[in-house]
Amino acid sequence: MSASTDTKATDATAPATTEAKAPQASAIVSALASTERPQRPGPLSTSLTFGWRALLKIKHVPEQLFDVTAFPIIMTLMFTVLFGGALAGSTDQYVQFFLPGIMVQSLIMITMYTGHTLRTDIEKGVFDRFRSLPIWRPSALVGMLLGDTVRFTIAAIVTSVVGLFLGWRPGGGFLGVTQGVLLILVFAFSLGWIWTFLSLLLRSANSIMGVAMLIITPLTFGSNIFVDPATMPGWLQVWVGVNPVSHLVTAVRELMGGMPLGSSLALTLLWSAGLVAVFGTLTMWKYRDPR
Amino acid sequence: MSDLAIETHGLVKVFGKERAVDGVDLAIERGGIHGFLGPNGAGKTTCIRMLATLLRPDAGTATVLGHDVVHAADEVRSLVSLTGQFASVDGDLTGRENLRLIGKLFGYSGPQALKRADELLGAFGLEGAADRQVKKYSGGMRRRIDIAASIVVTPELLFLDEPTTGLDPRSRNEVWDIIRAMVGTGTTVMLTTQYLDEADQLADRISVIDRGTIIAEGTSSELKASVGSGSLHVRVMHRADRAAAKAILEKELGVEISEPVDPQALTAAIEKSGPVTRALTALEAANIDLAQFSLGQPTLDEVFLALTGHPAEDSTDEEAAA
Repeated sequence: MSASTDTKATDATAPATTEAKAPQASAIVSALASTERPQRPGPLSTSLTFGWRALLKIKHVPEQLFDVTAFPIIMTLMFTVLFGGALAGSTDQYVQFFLPGIMVQSLIMITMYTGHTLRTDIEKGVFDRFRSLPIWRPSALVGMLLGDTVRFTIAAIVTSVVGLFLGWRPGGGFLGVTQGVLLILVFAFSLGWIWTFLSLLLRSANSIMGVAMLIITPLTFGSNIFVDPATMPGWLQVWVGVNPVSHLVTAVRELMGGMPLGSSLALTLLWSAGLVAVFGTLTMWKYRDPR
Repeated sequence: MSDLAIETHGLVKVFGKERAVDGVDLAIERGGIHGFLGPNGAGKTTCIRMLATLLRPDAGTATVLGHDVVHAADEVRSLVSLTGQFASVDGDLTGRENLRLIGKLFGYSGPQALKRADELLGAFGLEGAADRQVKKYSGGMRRRIDIAASIVVTPELLFLDEPTTGLDPRSRNEVWDIIRAMVGTGTTVMLTTQYLDEADQLADRISVIDRGTIIAEGTSSELKASVGSGSLHVRVMHRADRAAAKAILEKELGVEISEPVDPQALTAAIEKSGPVTRALTALEAANIDLAQFSLGQPTLDEVFLALTGHPAEDSTDEEAAA
């Protein structure tokens, strides 16, 4: 067995049929004869295996990293340069306030692709295989969301680098920024369960994106990402006050800015746990019998 | 524990207004290949998906290898494998990665999963394509990797949902060889197909399903006996001759001759081939030119016509949606 076979060697565009040999009946029989059954793996192991699958997909289809690199750059540059002067006097000052917020916004927008990807997987039939395996049921979805956190991390790094170029100087230093990113990742993972549920509920990838956009717009724009809510009308302030994204942004600002922590961190974690509890349950209920 | 591989009572699945599976009773013994024959939309796939725990029945009960598919779904999953009508492997990954993934999900360590993947790639003649993405495979290779993925851990019961639909004849023969090779090893195979020919070649017993219900069950010779042992197809050169040709065939063969939609064609169910030679001679003597004639097994259409009184048309696109 050549365990170290180079995986890139034949990944070219050679015609498909030429090198396939006929199947060997005797070898199939001997392969079937090994009735050895490995020990059933635990939930963590199968989830990580599905995470490995997500990484393999990134390796084979690197285009899917386009959204996590280009999108944060465009969002950060556009809003900082466009509004910075008007909102805070200078882009330099605005980016100090704005960068944690735009990082949250970019990552939340990118989570939508989770639902899109899952729906595409279901339509291709590969989930039939996963669902017929004797494994901890949520592991295919957990693994997928874990794989997505890799993409989210890339988006967070890209946003930070763009921010540093624009003059962002976080008071919390590297440690504070890392903690802030981790908190966003926890929230993004939890939010992902809304999209997994939608992708089992709705029948087309496009309708998932449409509904997701309807949910994300009030969550991100109706928050404290762009401006201090003090200037907003009262009813909008009420919404901003209950919006979990506002709590997340406040907590991330506190962590990254090295400021004293308020109640936002705990509220964000509570919201995350609630999202997983509600939409994780709904997802797994729908996962038994998706259409 | 029951010694039946599959046992169902009044299995029902409703999609919207349509009863895709409408009270299916099955009792399938362990071992060998069981054919599940029916046209598109008959409910084959829906039935298989319920048995493989991918869909929940709306009514009725089903046990697979002694375990209830709803209440003991996990036990069922650990004993069965499914090769779906649409490739149930990941097209973005390579063949080897797909098999390693399944191996690891079954609990093999990294090196064990790789070893098993290479063993199966060799057995299925796919070493040369091991590191190519599955979406670049030909239809036949895709089917093979799909079946290979189903036996990473040897299942006690393997569902093969239309394993040869859309394959060229050579690839189809290869898949048949694979299925035959598996029979000797004790794995029970449940094979759905729309081709009588395929069920005939492979299956020990066949259940015929139509519009969500089982309409016949038996060995392939039993089923064929119900529609005559063979069928004659004749196509006259000039459509004006059809009536005359029909009269001659009726006289020589002594059976009813049916007139298909094609205005030049005639078909008949026959018992023996002897009278056919005489009938053809008689046609020649009457100066009726033939464009084509053939003698063969009854087609699925004829079996269906005989069993149900309606042709095996595509009734709905339910299977594609399910």
